[in-house]
Order: sequence, then structure tokens, then C-alpha cells
Amino acid sequence: MHEYSIVSALIEQCEQLALENGANKVTRVAIKIGVMSGVEPSLLQTAFETFKLGEICQDAELEMQIQPLVLQCYGCNRSNQLEERHFICPQCKSSDTKLVEGEEMLLMQLELDTG
Amino acid sequence: MCKDCGCSLTRPAHNSNGHHHDHHSHSELHSNPQLNDKKTLSVIHKILDKNDIEAGHNRDHFNSHGVTAFNLMSSPGSGKTTLLEHLHEYTNLKYSVIEGDLETSRDADRLKAKGIDAYQIQTGSACHLDAFMVHSALHHIKLDSLDICFVENVGNLVCPASYDVGTHLNIVLVSIPEGDDKVEKYPVMFRRADLILITKCDLLPHFDFSISEAKAQISKLNPNVDVIELSIKDPRSMTQLAKWLNTHQRGA
Repeated sequence: MHEYSIVSALIEQCEQLALENGANKVTRVAIKIGVMSGVEPSLLQTAFETFKLGEICQDAELEMQIQPLVLQCYGCNRSNQLEERHFICPQCKSSDTKLVEGEEMLLMQLELDTG
Repeated sequence: MCKDCGCSLTRPAHNSNGHHHDHHSHSELHSNPQLNDKKTLSVIHKILDKNDIEAGHNRDHFNSHGVTAFNLMSSPGSGKTTLLEHLHEYTNLKYSVIEGDLETSRDADRLKAKGIDAYQIQTGSACHLDAFMVHSALHHIKLDSLDICFVENVGNLVCPASYDVGTHLNIVLVSIPEGDDKVEKYPVMFRRADLILITKCDLLPHFDFSISEAKAQISKLNPNVDVIELSIKDPRSMTQLAKWLNTHQRGA
């Protein structure tokens, strides 16, 4: 259940950003979660609903974008979205590849109430 | 100076000033004219940013002492501590161990009994080590005379995979009694490995573990990872591991 620690870090970040921008309320938190980030989105949602209470994010809605795997191939220089967890270039079958998207956990956008 | 702990390394800027600058270079503020009191702030910010900065700080510690750090991860009971108890018989590399468990200091005690310097972190109920826990443990480990520092993570094939603790390379273990399907079931962990150890190979005759099936799954998930079939009762395999550690030292 490391999702709780991740949500604590997320809420702390939102509070800091709200403070820096003179906001008294956060109304929407948009995050991007890679399918191979090791985080379960539904647990993240539950943790967020619990941890936001009594904080500046109390009324915030959590918006999650699930990022599929994108593999960059050094063999043929093409990048492809992967449908399964098979890290070989679907075009040229090279294993000289790098995962460029799909492992991230990012805060993307905040909607702030400054009224 | 490192403000939190008094150690002599300069910590990368992660105080409010450092962050402030960072946010402004990446964030865009949009006001909606219809709703004057609503603002949309676009940022691209790693959620585990604080942990990652601390992890970088830990790596600086290791680097400044010429120590290579390995994060050992696996499910409980796959043989991490047993491996570390026996490794010293096969290598001249001097190593210490940072142990992570929910409770007890049994693992550190086992290693100390073998003459290996070890420090135990008790996480309480936390399912993984993070960079901050490893940082506090580092102040109890004498890095000066060391070649390698192992961080033996909490036994868990899920949570530790999401946290950079400041080591250089990841070693993931899977033991014969666990079954060859674990690679496919826990893809994030095995994807992040730099070395996979298939441990307790002396038990192969008693279990249905297929080495070729495990390797087929590994090659799909992590095509360039090294794999060693290991048993502490097979000196040849232990020597193979010792060689791998030797060639993967920083600056080696």
C-alpha cells in the first residue's frame, strides 16, 4: 500500500503550489500515471479521498490520465505504443530500446480557487 | 552543509528557494475571464520529487566514498539475507548492509554474527524503504573502507519498485519455491532489475519451476538484464555473482 505515501507526497506538493499562488482552495488535481509506474489507480483514488480531508485539497477532484507504454527503438529510430508488456520493438524486433513513457507519476495541472 | 544531518556534502537545492525557481520555469498560469477567482496552473512535476532528490543525495554520499550501492529486492523468504551471509566467502570486496524490515533486527544480527557490518531499519508498517530512511541509516555505516553497500529492502515484490533509494543498481531475487510465474505477475519489479538472481536452485528437483519459462518471461519484459541461477550450496554460482558485482562496481 505505498499508494498512501505517494498521495501524501502529492497533497504536500499541491499545498505548496497553492500557497505560492495565493490560492485558498484546490478544486482539481490532474495527474498522469504510467501503466508501469507500479501504482494502482483505484487505490490512489481511495487514498486521495481519505488524505485530502481537512486540507486545502478537501474539495478537490482527482483527475487521472493513464499513460500507456511508449518504446523508443534505437535500431530503427521509431517509437511505438505497446499493447502488451513485451519490450522488443514491434517493428524491427530489436531489443535495443528505451521506455520513454509509461513509468511516470506526474502532477500535471491544478485548478486553484483564489477568490 | 547538509542541513538535516550535518554531513559534509552539499545537498542539491530542494529548499523552498530552489523549488520556487523550478516551478516558475515549468508552470503556466491561466486565468479564466468568466471566473476571475479560478486559476488553472499547469505544472509538470514528479510526484515523488522530494524522494528522488534525497535519493540523489544518497548517491552522492556513495560516490564520494567510491562505494557502489545495490538495492536488493524480492518477496520475503527468497534468500536475500542468506545470500549476504555467504557472499563474503567468495569475494574480497568489502561490503556492508542496510537492512529493512517491518520489525525486529534479526537480519542485521545474523549478518553481524558473520562479521559483516549491518544496520537495521525498522519501518513499522511501511511496505518499502524510501530515500529518507536509507539516508538516516547511512550515518550509521562506515563507508570509508567499503567497496559495496547493499540495501536489503523490505520483502515485497510490489511497493519497493516505485522508490529510488539512492542505490546505483537493482538486484531482484526470485526463488525456486515461489514459482516461475512470478516474473509475469510482478512486471514492474522485474522490469526495473539490472540483475535477476534465480535463487535456491538446489531445490529445482523438488519443484515444478521451469528455468526456461522464467527466462522467456524475463527476456520479454527486460531483454538486456543479466540472469544468474544461484544456490549458496553451489560455489560456482556464488563465484559468478561475485564476478558480476566486481565488474559492475562504479568506476570499475
